[in-house]
Amino acid sequence: MNDFDLDRIYRAERGRVLASLVRLLGGFELAEEALADAFLAAAQQWPRDGVPANPRTWLVSAGRFKAIDKLRRSGRFRAMAPELRRELELEEDQMPPDRETIQDDTLRLIFTCCHPILPADAQIALTLREICGLTTEEIAAAYLSKPATIAQRIVRAKSRIHDAAVPYEVPPPAEWDGRLETVLHTIYLIFNEGYEASSGDALVRHELCAEAIRLARLLKELHPSPDIDGLLALMLLHQSRAATRAAPDGSIVLLEQQDRSAWDQSLIAEGTALAELAFARPPVGTYTIQAMIAASHAAARTASATDWPRIAGFYDLLLRAEPTPVVALNRAVAIAMRDGPEAGLRLIDPLAAGELAGYRFAHAARADLLRRLGRVEDARTAYAHTLELTQQTSERNFIEKRLRELD
Amino acid sequence: MRYTCLVHFDPAVMQSPEFDKAALDRRSKAYDEELKAGGHFLGWQGLALGDAAVIVRIRDGKMLATDGPYIESKEQMAGFVLLEARDMNEAVRLAAGLPLAEIGTIEVRPIVQSSSPPPQP
Repeated sequence: MNDFDLDRIYRAERGRVLASLVRLLGGFELAEEALADAFLAAAQQWPRDGVPANPRTWLVSAGRFKAIDKLRRSGRFRAMAPELRRELELEEDQMPPDRETIQDDTLRLIFTCCHPILPADAQIALTLREICGLTTEEIAAAYLSKPATIAQRIVRAKSRIHDAAVPYEVPPPAEWDGRLETVLHTIYLIFNEGYEASSGDALVRHELCAEAIRLARLLKELHPSPDIDGLLALMLLHQSRAATRAAPDGSIVLLEQQDRSAWDQSLIAEGTALAELAFARPPVGTYTIQAMIAASHAAARTASATDWPRIAGFYDLLLRAEPTPVVALNRAVAIAMRDGPEAGLRLIDPLAAGELAGYRFAHAARADLLRRLGRVEDARTAYAHTLELTQQTSERNFIEKRLRELD
Repeated sequence: MRYTCLVHFDPAVMQSPEFDKAALDRRSKAYDEELKAGGHFLGWQGLALGDAAVIVRIRDGKMLATDGPYIESKEQMAGFVLLEARDMNEAVRLAAGLPLAEIGTIEVRPIVQSSSPPPQP
């Protein structure tokens, strides 16, 4: 009997099972070992005994049991800190009521992964691997780095967390100052990894998007703040279009060609209301401005009804709040829509030749504007260059299709 | 993905009086079993010391043979373990569990992907 999809369960549950094991076992290495053992046990037992009613709880308790057993046999158990040992020795039914605790485990792990003692690039690598489940090699490919470099970054980050005895906890909201921003950034990174998978064959990894939204809701419950509302609104508004972003064959469908009748109106309503609420409470954060942009798109019944002057206005605001080349690129695209491709190209050219030379979306946007201006040869060169920088399968197919259309 | 753990160590370590070869072998064996149970173990080989080696090259169509080792160094390559791991960080974690890592140095290197099927553990 094999009527369940262990791969699917792995993708859906891996992150949360790991987060619980990190808390229960007090460290990454032990937890990762336990996670592998738990899924191995599932692969052996579930075909025989059936999938348990709650696979996540089963996996957590199997992993915990295997880890303790291994520790005992190897003699490592005696060397552990007494309080951790006491905790581990609790029998299953003596453990504290766990539903709420397990709910928060991923959030705990996020606060750990983006602890201020870690450099930003280590926070990103750690989050992508431990929470999103990307492999070292996938992270390296996404960040144009070597797997050996990423591997060391992750190893070092873990030993820093271990050496500094960073607790696996969500600190009380009074201590969130200065940390909330990184946590929100990390949650958005998880969402984006789901929404815009940086490698592999699937364009959208829904379980990551859902997890990021769940985490933002959890954070909002713990500590209401306009920035959390802004981020939640932004993710809900993106998510409202998720079903229309890919054609049945997996290829990309651009915003202007998406079937707007299939957008999720309840997500749009919730996201728009949250965005407007956050926008009315200054200081207005960057997620909120981005959410207002997404809400403007969502409000247009057809692509041609899009209010580009309003969107370009929000981009002006965003560029002031966050003067980065990527924001400048997005603003340039909005301006191209408002004032024509020529105006957009004037803004994009220096970006694509300078700070964004290695950024595939800059070249893709440039190629698109050149195509619209009828500069076929220049467009061809720009698309070819985009292709060199793109690893994601459906994105590659899309660019290749555009290239063929130029012939 | 597959990775090799190239094990390097200073043979002099083995000659020291406090070195307990039997204990090392016992622990290594136990860890191999653990790797096997986890589906990670693809195989291993130990190598004779570098002075047992013959170095061969062909130059201008002629074979030249000289005494080893190829690289003179205090730490020598002493063997390798072949691993199956999800990614580089898992391979590093598994390599760190090898008892030989405590006396020598383990170089974890990805095996270049080819179309040949992996060896059966």
